[in-house]
Amino acid sequence: MTTVSESPTIGRDAAASMSPAIEMTAATKRFRTPDGSSYTALKNLDLRVERGEFCAIVGPTGCGKSTALTLAAGMERASGGAVRVFGKEVTGITPNAGFMFQTDAILPWQSVLENVAAGPRYRGVAKNTAYRDARDWIRRVGLAGFESNYPHQLSGGMRKRVALAQNLINEPELLLMDEPFSALDVQTRAKMSTELLGLWEQSKPAVVFVTHDLEEAIALADKVVVMTAGPAAGVKATFHIDLPRPRVVQEIRFDKKFNEIYQNIWEALREEVDIAYAQTTRSVAPDGKEAE
Amino acid sequence: MTMSSLDNTVTDQEQQPLSTEARSGGRKRSITRRRLKVLAVQLGIVVVLLGSWELLVRGGVLDALLYGQPTRIVNQLYIWVTQGTDNGSLGQQITVTIEEALIGFFIGTALGIVFGVAMGRIQFLSEVIGPFLKVINAVPRIVLGSSFVVMFGLGLMSKVMLVIVLVFFGVFFNAFQGTREVDKNFIANAEILGASKWQVTRQVVIPSAFSWIIASLHVAFGFALIGAIVGEFLGSQEGLGNLIRQAQGNLNQNGIWAAMLIMAVVALIAEWLITRLENRLLRWRPPQHSAAAEA
Ligand SMILES: Nc1ncnc2c1ncn2[C@@H]1O[C@H](COP(=O)(O)OP(=O)(O)OP(=O)(O)O)[C@@H](O)[C@H]1O
Ligand SMILES: [Mg+2]
Repeated sequence: MTTVSESPTIGRDAAASMSPAIEMTAATKRFRTPDGSSYTALKNLDLRVERGEFCAIVGPTGCGKSTALTLAAGMERASGGAVRVFGKEVTGITPNAGFMFQTDAILPWQSVLENVAAGPRYRGVAKNTAYRDARDWIRRVGLAGFESNYPHQLSGGMRKRVALAQNLINEPELLLMDEPFSALDVQTRAKMSTELLGLWEQSKPAVVFVTHDLEEAIALADKVVVMTAGPAAGVKATFHIDLPRPRVVQEIRFDKKFNEIYQNIWEALREEVDIAYAQTTRSVAPDGKEAE
Repeated sequence: MTMSSLDNTVTDQEQQPLSTEARSGGRKRSITRRRLKVLAVQLGIVVVLLGSWELLVRGGVLDALLYGQPTRIVNQLYIWVTQGTDNGSLGQQITVTIEEALIGFFIGTALGIVFGVAMGRIQFLSEVIGPFLKVINAVPRIVLGSSFVVMFGLGLMSKVMLVIVLVFFGVFFNAFQGTREVDKNFIANAEILGASKWQVTRQVVIPSAFSWIIASLHVAFGFALIGAIVGEFLGSQEGLGNLIRQAQGNLNQNGIWAAMLIMAVVALIAEWLITRLENRLLRWRPPQHSAAAEA
């Protein structure tokens, strides 16, 4: 077994028959800034995520990780290049995808049960069926007994479980997660990560998991993508993680191989973090402007 | 990882006490005592104010004809209740006014919500209709009352129209603002889960805007009463506003006060009902928001 391989594309032959979950080629995203000029967040981003693959994205703050996810989800349109999900050009909200937001996005005026049943209800499933499935998912994410609670009556970790169940009940083939556990304390985060892996292994959707925590990224993913510092961010390097599964996130950190991988990726990530840090501490506005 | 090990895996630190009854039980008594104290002081203020008013009139410092007199106000009410008013029974007058206010209130509120949400959701609509509403809003709308009396006559219609116009704008602006303030993540999340535009409006936008809308209802009902009274005042054959107008014509200050007292009671009952509705509809909110109203 090789520990780390560094190559932008893999498994061409294996996935040739089926289109990958995500295929971004030279994807570019420009934003209009309040003063009327434009800001290039992403430039020529190449990203490929296979079906069933767990891909983690790390990169300095503000580089465009969230933006990349919104492109895949269809919440934003690319300004240039191509974004394909399951072989189809993204033109609107991507169907059969789930999205977990960094901040809570479950509805505070709906109970846990109503929130989890929302997806099937929107899609026209009968109330009884939707609620029965929702109860099952609530149990699977460990929230049995809390069906009729409102979100404000739950802890932060429990709200994340609701969001997870809410997405998984739709049986997405692609799950986009934007720092889903970053608001949680360290122990809860590790525990939820392990549970996420357990749930992922049951149905194997493709996952794109954005995080600032490199340990978390390595512990979870098949592949870690390091992005360059913005503006005009792209992919710096891709690392394949072939630690054996099933993994237990709480314990994997003590693995020797884990540390080797960590060192390797951290080398790549640190440069970008330094660049980003230098930019923000110097002056933000002039550097951020579109120049190319 | 097997499924069974995922069951019931909520850790202790994540469990929260779901009821705070144990704690609030201990505090309940001191809260009751505080409320009694507040009530006693309030009662004292009322007694002193009414008492000195009465004494000043009796002592000849204030002219009873110009300022009215508490005991005579009570007497006026007694006469209205027992002998009826010049327009018929007092109950009839109150019913007429409340009817005008309520009909106008419901229609005005419904229109305000529909327009506010629609314009908040649909950019094109708000660009087209926005300027018109700004112009109408700039007009002193109470003057429309005279116009409505001319247009629709002395009956129910002219008052209801005035009430609608007065109620609409407050509700509309709040509904519009509330729609604009909806958390973008809520909308994006619902869309990704599969919600249509209409489902987003029904399930996400309207409930979210509701705290804004409900807040406007308190003021809106006050406007509804004002609209009904002023409408009657400007031209009518019955209702509390009509009683006030007659009292004014007869220089009957006590009659004016008495009618005002009745209106105040109606307004307070309405306020209580709206607060109850608020607590019901917004019971999903963390308790610190609604506790004050429930206490
Ligand atoms: N709607 C927008 N309008 C203008 N600029 C935007 C918009 N959204 C994002 N940006 C800019 O694009 C860049 C990338 O933002 P993004 O949120 O994708 O970063 P990120 O990598 O997710 O950061 P973080 O790790 O802090 O979450 C940032 O510089 C941000 O200022
Ligand atoms: Mg982000």
